[in-house]
Amino acid sequence: MAGIKILKDKCVGCKLCVGACPFGAIVMIERKAEITDACTLCGACVSACKFDAIDFERGAVANAVDVSKYSGIWVFAEQKDGEPESIAYELLGVGRELADARGTTLSAVIIGSNLDDACKKLIAKGADKVFVVDDEGLEKFNDESYSSIFTQLIYKNKPEIVLLGATTYGRSLAPRVASRINTGLTADCTKLEIDPADGKLLQTRPAFGGNLMATIICPNHRPQMATVRHKVMKEMEADETRTGEIIRPDVKIPRDLVVKVKDIVKTITEMVPLTEADIIVSGGRGMGDPKNFALISELAEVLGGAVGASRATVDAGWIEYSHQVGQTGQTVGPQVYFACGISGAIQHLAGMSSSDTIIAINKNPDAPIFKVANFGIVGDVMEVLPLLIKEFKAALK
Amino acid sequence: MDYFLTEEQQMIKEIAARIAQEKIKPVALKYDEEGIFPRDIVKILADSDLCGVYIEEEYGGFGGGIFEMALVVEELSKACGGIALAFAGTGLGTYPIILFGTDQQKQKYLPDIAAGTKLAAFGLTEANAGSDAAGIQTTAVLDGDEYVLNGTKQWITNGGEADVYTVIACTDRSKGARGFSAFIVEKGTPGFSFGKKENKMGIRASVTSELVFEDCRIPKENLLYREGMGFIVAMKTLDRTRPGVASQALGIAQGALDEALKYSQEREQFGKTISSFQAVQHMLADMAIQIEAARALVYQTCRYIDGGAKSFSKESAMSKVFASDTAMKVTIDAVQVMGGYGYMKEYPVEKMMRDAKITQIYEGTNQIQRNVIALEMIKELKGK
Amino acid sequence: MNVIVCVKQVPGTNEVKMNKETNTIIREGVEAIINPFDTYAIEEGARIKEETSGKATVLSMGIPSVAELLKETISVGMDEAVLLSDRAFAGSDSLATSYALSMGIKKIGDYDLIICGKQAMDGDTAQVGPGLAEKLGIPHTTYVRKIEEIREGYIRCQRMTEDGYEVIEMPLPAVITVVKEINEPRLPSLKGKMKAKKTEVTVWTADDIGADKALCGLSGSPTQVVKTFVPEHNVDSEMIEGTPEEQARNLARKLLSMQFAIQVQEEE
Repeated sequence: MAGIKILKDKCVGCKLCVGACPFGAIVMIERKAEITDACTLCGACVSACKFDAIDFERGAVANAVDVSKYSGIWVFAEQKDGEPESIAYELLGVGRELADARGTTLSAVIIGSNLDDACKKLIAKGADKVFVVDDEGLEKFNDESYSSIFTQLIYKNKPEIVLLGATTYGRSLAPRVASRINTGLTADCTKLEIDPADGKLLQTRPAFGGNLMATIICPNHRPQMATVRHKVMKEMEADETRTGEIIRPDVKIPRDLVVKVKDIVKTITEMVPLTEADIIVSGGRGMGDPKNFALISELAEVLGGAVGASRATVDAGWIEYSHQVGQTGQTVGPQVYFACGISGAIQHLAGMSSSDTIIAINKNPDAPIFKVANFGIVGDVMEVLPLLIKEFKAALK
Repeated sequence: MDYFLTEEQQMIKEIAARIAQEKIKPVALKYDEEGIFPRDIVKILADSDLCGVYIEEEYGGFGGGIFEMALVVEELSKACGGIALAFAGTGLGTYPIILFGTDQQKQKYLPDIAAGTKLAAFGLTEANAGSDAAGIQTTAVLDGDEYVLNGTKQWITNGGEADVYTVIACTDRSKGARGFSAFIVEKGTPGFSFGKKENKMGIRASVTSELVFEDCRIPKENLLYREGMGFIVAMKTLDRTRPGVASQALGIAQGALDEALKYSQEREQFGKTISSFQAVQHMLADMAIQIEAARALVYQTCRYIDGGAKSFSKESAMSKVFASDTAMKVTIDAVQVMGGYGYMKEYPVEKMMRDAKITQIYEGTNQIQRNVIALEMIKELKGK
Repeated sequence: MNVIVCVKQVPGTNEVKMNKETNTIIREGVEAIINPFDTYAIEEGARIKEETSGKATVLSMGIPSVAELLKETISVGMDEAVLLSDRAFAGSDSLATSYALSMGIKKIGDYDLIICGKQAMDGDTAQVGPGLAEKLGIPHTTYVRKIEEIREGYIRCQRMTEDGYEVIEMPLPAVITVVKEINEPRLPSLKGKMKAKKTEVTVWTADDIGADKALCGLSGSPTQVVKTFVPEHNVDSEMIEGTPEEQARNLARKLLSMQFAIQVQEEE
């Protein structure tokens, strides 16, 4: 297989690589491993081999740039009605760490309308510089105009790292821009660090629905782009004494757009949006029946929290998708997360494992949820929840 | 085991199996509990081109035979024998037209049935005419260009939901068994209404109703074949569709075995899975043996019939008796293997046991079938 | 309306167990499947082509065995299948994949709409849709939950957002990525399966589509995986024992003593 081969003299036939390959592309021939054409060069086997018996050679890459010409950490600050979204602050939080490790500046880029206030807030939250493109026509997010402007800024200013939120807009903007610039983009990073050896960005993210973690680099292209999910990184405390530079760059704002946003419709009228809740009570298939979700709502209400759900219950039609927590739902990081009748499949954990305190209630003592729970109760949710509700009601009177 | 199905038969089986597992299984218990007719499943069967598997290509069908129909019924029945009946009952109501219809009659009715936009039903049984089909009271009197039907049919599968009904009525009382004729009656014909919907032990997702004819006038073109041939039409139809009932029983039995086997691997008592106990193993083995034997008989009978056999009443009867008796025994044993859980409505096997019973009764009770088999054997002996 | 649906083969390994000691995946047979999100793209493509009497082509980039999977899509409404298969494509990240697919699409030629699934279950990056649109130089909208109107040169669709949706207009040709709220994928039909049996999957190499090999595979991929590992969950767990009453009481006490921002609800 081009690019990767087994070093037969080092291979001891332990078969660790065979098990590590998600594509079943390694077979044993005469007690040595052999890589077949099913290999997709994902590299999982290289990490698994304890004997350095897999040689993964990368040749030259196309469109490589002189990375030394790029510096600075950038954060795309998503905004709504002139107010930065909290994801922007979270990105500044991790951006600050990266900038300090690199000894470079942290800049926020904000595109929209009526942004003076927003700029001040971004600086208070950690930005050294804010690039602001303020125009009435840019009030609403538009793929066409925003990608044009953002690309112009990147070409002109050459940041080494660009972070965006893995939000609806971020996940549309980031790949379009990365494709335009011919650089690398890593999505849904759960960890970002600077490699002390050469200053490049180490991007760690889940793969295979969270069954594996992968660390990814973009060594020869710039900027190194990454998206991060809401509630994964922590914001800094606002520091009003911080000062920073506000820059109004000279960019060409595209008019006569072909992509037009005609209407914005709100369908979810939650009092406490799931991702902002400090307390979430979540129910899974172990609740047994959709009507038992009333207990979940009741406990959530008593505690002033929000209702969450596993994918299984949403797919079964017990509750709307807006409540879904998990890899294909929302990522939450509340102070307290109750997992009731939820087994703890990796995809669900991906959505809530950064919660501060996790409580699991499940009939099955072997349920994977107990491995991540701070407190676990092995029991019947139908028995425990009413009692819990009673206890909290009494205590909070 | 490889049943040596053709590629097309394999495709039909796969599609039916997916519909059964993905679409029928999730709603089976609910439709049974509430007696809901599976219109939505019929639409899915129609969209997948399964409704016409046994209908000739020139009338919009796939051009298969009884074997293809049986494969569909078996797979659907693994998930729910009652829901499968919307399809199987239509087959029963359609076969008189396939076997005895004129080209015009076929052109008029078969394409819609093949497309799944219309269902069919077969009207033979009456309150006083079950096993003794010759006791039919419903009359059809020729009046000018029309036949006038009067009488009531009982326990008709798909009654009320079907659009096309093939009905056996008496045209000449003096001729005894040669005095019956077969007719096609469409839903909505004035004078044709439906009586009560029965509340059954099993196959509750299937609708079983009375057909009521009160001076119901149908065009004389709706006579099937010839006056006096009604009994022949009925018998030839049932001979051919009996493997369909057999395959329904087969599917129910297989579904029950699959549940019991899975459960026996999960349930632990005395520190091990109950599948470790010889008593349970022997029960499971016997269930499996009976099912494979039934399947072999049903498949062979289907191939025999589709292969052009001239007379197959005996084989057809054998397949139905053996498969339905097997289904009854297997489902009872499945409940037993699952113990207390098997008895609970939350688990699917008690329904399967209730569903299995009818297969020993309808389309000719197993007692009548045994008569038929013995008489055929004696006839063959005498014929030598 | 001619539609091209881009799909990806993914291993059906998400139902997987981990061997913590050896840091490896225990595979229960690596059955390849079409990425589940792509089945919604296929269904939408089939519906559009049926409503507008057009043609739907399914396109994928992968190893030769993917051709069998593509054939199955013919049984659920696709008309033709194209597979881009070449050793030069192995090791592609999202950028290289977007490039290769765009060259394949250019060779297919006549199209009005390209549909992709929201994201792939293995990489989960959701990047190829927009990346592909960029390479083709056409507009795109992600997370489409419904197409309100589609006609010659024009599409109006609903993009799902965190709290509702936006209505977006674009000229055609364009790329959309779809979410599962958009439709209910059909099951194969008998006629469909028979058609699939007779269908030949067109297989193109990098040369067939005029792709610059330097922009494909490893050399065309700016990102690289340097390490893969099994996620650790190091948590101090405390199991609360006792009768349900005791468990509830103990848990409530512990949580209250940790002084979270539990808001008291006023009883009316």
